[in-house]
Amino acid sequence: MLLAELHPAEARSAAGASLSIPLSPRSPESVQLINLGAIDYAILVVYFAFVIGIGWALRRYVKSSEDFFLSGRSIPAWIASLAFISANLGAQEVIGMGASGAKYGMMTSHFYWVGAIPAMVFVGVFMMPFYYGSRARSVPEYLKLRFDEKTRGFNAISFAVMTVFSSGISMYALAKLLELLIGWSFHASILVSAIIVLAYIFMGGLTSAIYNEVLQFFLIVLGFLPLVLLGLKDVGGWAGLKEKLIPVATNAGYEASAWSSSWQHLDSSASNPMGVEWFGMAMGLGFVLSFGYWCTDFLVVQRAMAANSMTAARRTPLLAAFPKMLFPVLVILPGMIAIAVHTNSGGTLLPVGADGVPNYNLAVPAMLAHYLPSGLLGLGLTALMASFMSGMAGNVTAFNTVWTYDIYQSYIRPGQTDRHYLRMGHVATVVGIALSVLAAYATTRFNNIMDMLQLVFAFVNAPLFATFLLGMFWRRTTGHGAFFGLLTGTVAAMIHHGLTIPRGSLAGIKGGFLGPILHTYPSEMAQNFWTAIFAWTSCFLATIVISMITTRQKSDEELKGLVYSLTPRQPDAQLAWYKRPATLGVVVLGLTLALNVIFW
Amino acid sequence: MNLDVRLPIGLMFTIIGVALTGFGLVSDRAIYERSLGINVNLWWGLVLLAFGVSMLALATRAERRRRAVPENTTE
Repeated sequence: MLLAELHPAEARSAAGASLSIPLSPRSPESVQLINLGAIDYAILVVYFAFVIGIGWALRRYVKSSEDFFLSGRSIPAWIASLAFISANLGAQEVIGMGASGAKYGMMTSHFYWVGAIPAMVFVGVFMMPFYYGSRARSVPEYLKLRFDEKTRGFNAISFAVMTVFSSGISMYALAKLLELLIGWSFHASILVSAIIVLAYIFMGGLTSAIYNEVLQFFLIVLGFLPLVLLGLKDVGGWAGLKEKLIPVATNAGYEASAWSSSWQHLDSSASNPMGVEWFGMAMGLGFVLSFGYWCTDFLVVQRAMAANSMTAARRTPLLAAFPKMLFPVLVILPGMIAIAVHTNSGGTLLPVGADGVPNYNLAVPAMLAHYLPSGLLGLGLTALMASFMSGMAGNVTAFNTVWTYDIYQSYIRPGQTDRHYLRMGHVATVVGIALSVLAAYATTRFNNIMDMLQLVFAFVNAPLFATFLLGMFWRRTTGHGAFFGLLTGTVAAMIHHGLTIPRGSLAGIKGGFLGPILHTYPSEMAQNFWTAIFAWTSCFLATIVISMITTRQKSDEELKGLVYSLTPRQPDAQLAWYKRPATLGVVVLGLTLALNVIFW
Repeated sequence: MNLDVRLPIGLMFTIIGVALTGFGLVSDRAIYERSLGINVNLWWGLVLLAFGVSMLALATRAERRRRAVPENTTE
């Protein structure tokens, strides 16, 4: 399975997304692509020194649990917004989006220009007032304030388990990749990256994670940009690339522009390599999965909650949208260049498996090895490490907060001093990382269990956005409605997945496990999108019906600041026009629309 | 916050920029065959150096302003 299926916007929801990547070091396709020199190691060491140094410099500012978990709500908008991007920019995104660019071409941009960006605008303009204004310290805590204890518990526990496994699985993937490419020891890679991330979060808490995410953001951009520039120069710019992608498309039996256009071939699932049609893509990916991830996942929302004011919190995802919009250039384009060069050079760039299919997961690493000499190669590799660490730190800081506030303080030891919870935060950081390491090793031994876990997470997450949408915009939504609506959505996802299957797969983890197969999808991605659509719709309808027949436990007074109609409007008028969230949102959406049209 | 994040970022990119530029000057030309004959270490090293130095400049300017203005007037 392709790493691309693990794009964060999808990772938590894509049914069956897994990392059973064909990267076994002993497999015949194993090739040591990269040889590093002293200068490359030097750059890596400088980077390690700085990330730990930042944690060290910040350690004396951590005095309360709020400092540790929420940066004392003191982060300026621009810093929070870069961290907002970085935390989600794991190694899977860099490797996976490149792989996806090679396998599907320009259509991969939908993950950004249809998926992430509109959702980021929505969370900034509409949802942040409730998250930040309610003074909730986490997303599960918002659910507790808005609904009830059981809804919070359900979300907190599934989220905590999920973050640990997400970071474990990505740790596994990175270590495997480094072992394969450079010949580094799998154990050493895991241990070193775990210790470094542990060190800087333990010392400086969320502030340290956020500061490092800003550093990592610049490193990722400046580390991958030369690769893109060299690749583009080599293929003759965008025009040259488009031309070189024609044989890629026609060889696969599609129209000439299938790899270089984003919308043209979405009229039917048979005419594009992704196997999706416009409705499944726009609804499944654009609406359900992306809004679900960007608007409700505490990993990203936490960065905005740490902002130093309501306006800064709302501007965080909006400012983040500007660079995010350009990220396809950085992460998708290398994959597209890789497949173009591969095909036009007679299939020599990428390692090809026994079945004649190139290993798409190696698109970005192969590009690094192909174009970058010693020196910049070290920088590119450091950027890859940086993306991995920022993603892992994002998971760990979200985990320790949810564990400490929503599980430990709520169910295990309530009513302790703040010092006690701060200490628990430190313990949770160590335990969270230890569990991630365990999960990484578990992945090497029980691939199926991991696949199954990811599938379960996908079922739990797909309906979540319906709950938030109703909770925030319909005051009549009750706690029972939210909780049982979520359960209904989760079960609906499971049933849909169990009754359908992607073409060419065997019944089991890929679907069809309930016996009769009612529908065969052209691709796994199409199946994932539709599972999400079913889950969301079932949750939405069930929540409404159950809310109508149950009585509301919370009064209007209690819901003030948590529900749209009961919350005073934000006084945006006094801000300069370019600082108003609504204006920024319109500008972002306009630019995104333009990008969609240009690359139609 | 108490630590200006631009300081470590500027410092790190300055160091890496100097290292890459230096390596670009002394390295064997043959290794640039794969980068289309361009000495990318030299040029990109200079880009990183410029970025690092401007980050440092922004951080020091902000620091100077903070000193010049009494407490609690920063934004």
